[in-house]
This record gives sequence, C-alpha cells and structure tokens, in this order.
Amino acid sequence: MRVMVFVPGDENSEAGKMPSQELIAKMMKFNEELVKAGVMLAGDGLTPTSKARRVRFSGSHRAVIDGPFAESKEIVAGYWIWQVQSIDEAVEWLKRAPFDGGIEVTIRPVFEPQDFGRELTPELRQKEARLRVEVERRSKP
Amino acid sequence: MSGEGVGTARSAIEAVWRIESARLIGGLVRIVHDLALAEDLAQEALLAAMEHWPSTGIPENPSAWLMTTARNRAVDQARRRQMQAGKHQELALRSSEPSSGVPDLAAAIDEDLGDDLLRLILIACHPVLSTEARAALTLRLLGGLTTAEIARAFLASEPTIAQRIARAKRTLAEARVPFEVPRGGELSARLSSVLEVLYLVFNEGYSATKGNRWTRPELCEEALRLGRILAERFPREAEVHGLLALMELQASRLRARVGPSGEPVLLLDQDRSRWDQLLVHRGLAALARAEALCQPLGPYTLQAAIAGAHSRARTAAETDWPRIVALYDALSQLTGSPVVELNRAVAVSFAFGAAAGLELVDALADEPALASYHLLPSVRGDLLLRLGRRGEARVELERAASLAQNAWEKALLLGRARASLGATSPGRTGESGGDAAAAPSSTPGLASEPPRR
Repeated sequence: MRVMVFVPGDENSEAGKMPSQELIAKMMKFNEELVKAGVMLAGDGLTPTSKARRVRFSGSHRAVIDGPFAESKEIVAGYWIWQVQSIDEAVEWLKRAPFDGGIEVTIRPVFEPQDFGRELTPELRQKEARLRVEVERRSKP
Repeated sequence: MSGEGVGTARSAIEAVWRIESARLIGGLVRIVHDLALAEDLAQEALLAAMEHWPSTGIPENPSAWLMTTARNRAVDQARRRQMQAGKHQELALRSSEPSSGVPDLAAAIDEDLGDDLLRLILIACHPVLSTEARAALTLRLLGGLTTAEIARAFLASEPTIAQRIARAKRTLAEARVPFEVPRGGELSARLSSVLEVLYLVFNEGYSATKGNRWTRPELCEEALRLGRILAERFPREAEVHGLLALMELQASRLRARVGPSGEPVLLLDQDRSRWDQLLVHRGLAALARAEALCQPLGPYTLQAAIAGAHSRARTAAETDWPRIVALYDALSQLTGSPVVELNRAVAVSFAFGAAAGLELVDALADEPALASYHLLPSVRGDLLLRLGRRGEARVELERAASLAQNAWEKALLLGRARASLGATSPGRTGESGGDAAAAPSSTPGLASEPPRR
C-alpha cells in the first residue's frame, strides 16, 4: 500500500527560515534510510504560503487568492509518499524521523483499487455496462 | 492493557519485524556463518519481543533491542558450545581466557559493514538453488513474509513451501556456500541471479500464471521494493536499473490492467489515464539511468525501453511500433528466445501489417519451446482474425484457451474465439501499422507485454 505523510508547517517554516544544519543533516540521513529500504517513492519540502495561491470555486466564478494564509497549523510544509505493507509499518518508519517540539505528523493511506471493491465510480460502472453489451453483441452467432 | 492495545502492539511488532528482520538475519549470518541458525536466533528475538513489548511498550530503538537480544542468544550458544567442547578438552576450559572468542563475537555483530542486507540477498539467490527455492527464500528472508503468506503468493500448500525453504537452507549448508560478499566479476554474475529472482516474483504478481486472480499486486510491490534497494546499492550496474525501470513501468499499469470484475484488460485496451504517473516517471528515470550506464543495452534495459515506448504513447494509436520492432530485434539477437521472437512478430504486425506478423509467427510453429505456450495460438488467432480468416482464427483461439492456465485468461480467449465468428467484419485486413491498436477485439494476447523468458 501507499501512504502520504503530511508534515505541518509552523511560524519558522512560514517565515521561510531554514532548519538548523544539524536538523537538515538528520533529515537527510532519515531520507537516505527510507530510500535504501525501498520505501520512499517521492517527497518534497514546500515553500511558505507567502508564495502560494488559492483558487476559490463558486458556481462559474473562480476567485484567486494570494498567500500567505494565516492558519499555519493547517499548512503543509512537506510531504512524503511511501510504499509500505501496512500503516503500522509507516508508523514505525515515521517514529524514526528526527522531528521534535510537539509537532504532529499525519499518515494517510492512499486509496487502492481494491478499496473501491464492487462499489466502483459511476464512470467505471457505466463502462462496465457498455462492455457487457459489447460482449453480448459479439458473442451472438 | 486492553485487548485492542495488545492487538495494536502485535501489529506494531510485526511492522518492526518487517523493517528489521532482513538486516538482523544478515548481521547474524555474518557472525554465525549458518543461515538456519541466524534465522532461528532472529526468530527467538522476535518471540522475546512479542513477549515483552505488549507490556513494556515498543522500545525507543526497537532494532537495537532485537539485535541485542539475538546477539545475547548467539553469545550464549557459542559459550555453551565452547563449554561442551571444553568438557573434552580440560585444558582449554582452564586456560586464562575461557571464553576469549565470545567478546569478539559481540563486537562483530555490532559492526554492520553496510552490506548485511546485500549478503542476505546474495545468499538467498545463490545459483546452487532452483529459482523457485530462491524466490521462496528471498520472500521469507528479505520480505519478512511468513510461510503461509509465501504459500498463498505461489498458490502452493504451506507444507510444500516450508519444505522448499528447509531444503534450500540445507542445500546452502551442504554446498558450504561462503557468506562473504563477492567482488568484481563474480558479484556481477551473482547479481544477475538476484535480478532473475526479482523478476520471477514480480511476474508471478503481475500476470499470475495460475489461479483465479489475474494479478497479485502485493508480490509486485515486494519485488519493486527489493529492486529499489538493489538500485541504491549498485548505482553503477546498468541492468539493475534496467530491471527496476521495467518493473516500475509495468507496475504503473497494474490498476488499468484489471477490469471492474477482475478480468484482464490488455495493454492496448487500457485506459491510459489510469496509469500510475508516479511510477511511470520513476520508471522512465530508471530507464534513462540504465541507458546512460551501458551500451549496448542489456536484456532488462531493452525490455524496459519497450515498456517505456508504450508509456510515452498517450494513446494506443500513437505507439511508436517501428521503434518497438527495433528494440525487439536487439532483444531477439541477445536472447535468441522464441518468446521474444513471438513478441517481435506482434510488434511487426502493428508496424508493418498483420500479414508480415503472421509470416514470423508461422516460422515459430515447430518451435518445441512454444509447443504448449498458449500465447502462440493466441497471437496467431488474432493475426488471422485481422486478416479476415475467421474460421482458422477461431480454431487457434480455442486452442489457446485450452492451453491457458489462468482462469481469467482462459475466459478471455474463449470469449474472443466466440467473437471471432460473430463479429462484424473486422475491416482491417491489410491495415497499416497502428490502426488495429485502437481496436479492442484484435488485441493480441501479449501485444508487447514483456516476454517471459
């Protein structure tokens, strides 16, 4: 399974302050371990929301809002995408990350095809129906 | 602790085990020079963890805990052996340092030279073992899979797999396989044996040869994980990147490869918007690394390049068939494999027309290696269909269905055999390259799927 790991931002990341050399070194080492273990598929740090934009949708109107965005707790400052066997494995990996200071990092499993089970999207169901008709049509003698 | 808490602790321990077991066993093998013993020691450490952690909680550094526990057992055992030996040799026991070997042992276990994992991969994939045994041992030692899980993966019974693993360990012990990581040319030779196993595991997941499920993604994921580990360890080995690229690119299509009710959807019929773009990018990047490292390209890299050509086409009709033919030419020269030749025929049929493809397929008719290979009549049937020779096509497709072992594949082929007579005129006789690619009914069974050698 695949999980996405969200690292929240704080005042420092929002102010564009880089973490200490020591922390960067530790984080690089952690990343290296993830790569060496074949776990890491992708991961990046994100710039402060002062560089971000939002688009708000209402009806046919699209409003563009410039950053920064105040609610820094909800801001994502970085992410990883990991390939793991279970969310427990992801937790065990995350525990080894060099975070501190009460920061809460969230792991969210990505939907897998089997999660949809028989309840497929309407588009897929339609497709399946089309296929059935087609198969029937073709199998007529 | 509540029942739920115990369950959580248990799954957390299993997660730690999955992360640590290979390195743990690899480290122990380096010291005790006995694979079975190393695995036993690691298992004992796991049992100890199962016993202690639910009440004490998972330690801050679980890997160190497991290693220390296993090491203590190893030292205990070594000491016990020394004592036993000592009973026969009074002198040795009374010497000033009765357990002189033991502290060295402890120190040795602590120093990971960085290749404990590699050592384990190389042992598990040692050429003295059959490929099936290598695959089972690899999943067990490196994937941390239980015997039951491996049995499920290969649709074999648990005792069969348990026996296969036990026999493999015995074979390794009897052959006195050295536990050192080889260097230079020998390392390359051993690596190719590892790649072969990874691809076998991957393929078993990608296109299950037996049973009712068309794919078993968990096997693909495990092979990919090991491939990624290997590529990290061997950044300069072109074929390691080549195989990784091949697996990433093929895995990118896993989602699109299975229809709503679990039926197979072949390459040219797939909804390409469902391809996993992250894996496509990773695969193409690995392919670029492999191509930069080595010319002429090796067999895995060539297959990856073929897969990459499909990945780059936004629609099936945009497929660069002449390029794929050229890649198959190179692959065919390199391997001399009739399966590759069959794939080449399919590519030729799309690049230069069904008649040209059929000519190549007919040349393979007496190939003994393909005598019971269902894809030969499957491809032939499709080509005949495209040429409007429906009666002959039906016979071939039915023959293909009777040879196929996977239930879904069988059904697919029978469906096509039935359809071959009822279908409206294909109207594609003598078509030029690419047209037929868009038409679902004429998609050959393996349209440039990777050859299984």
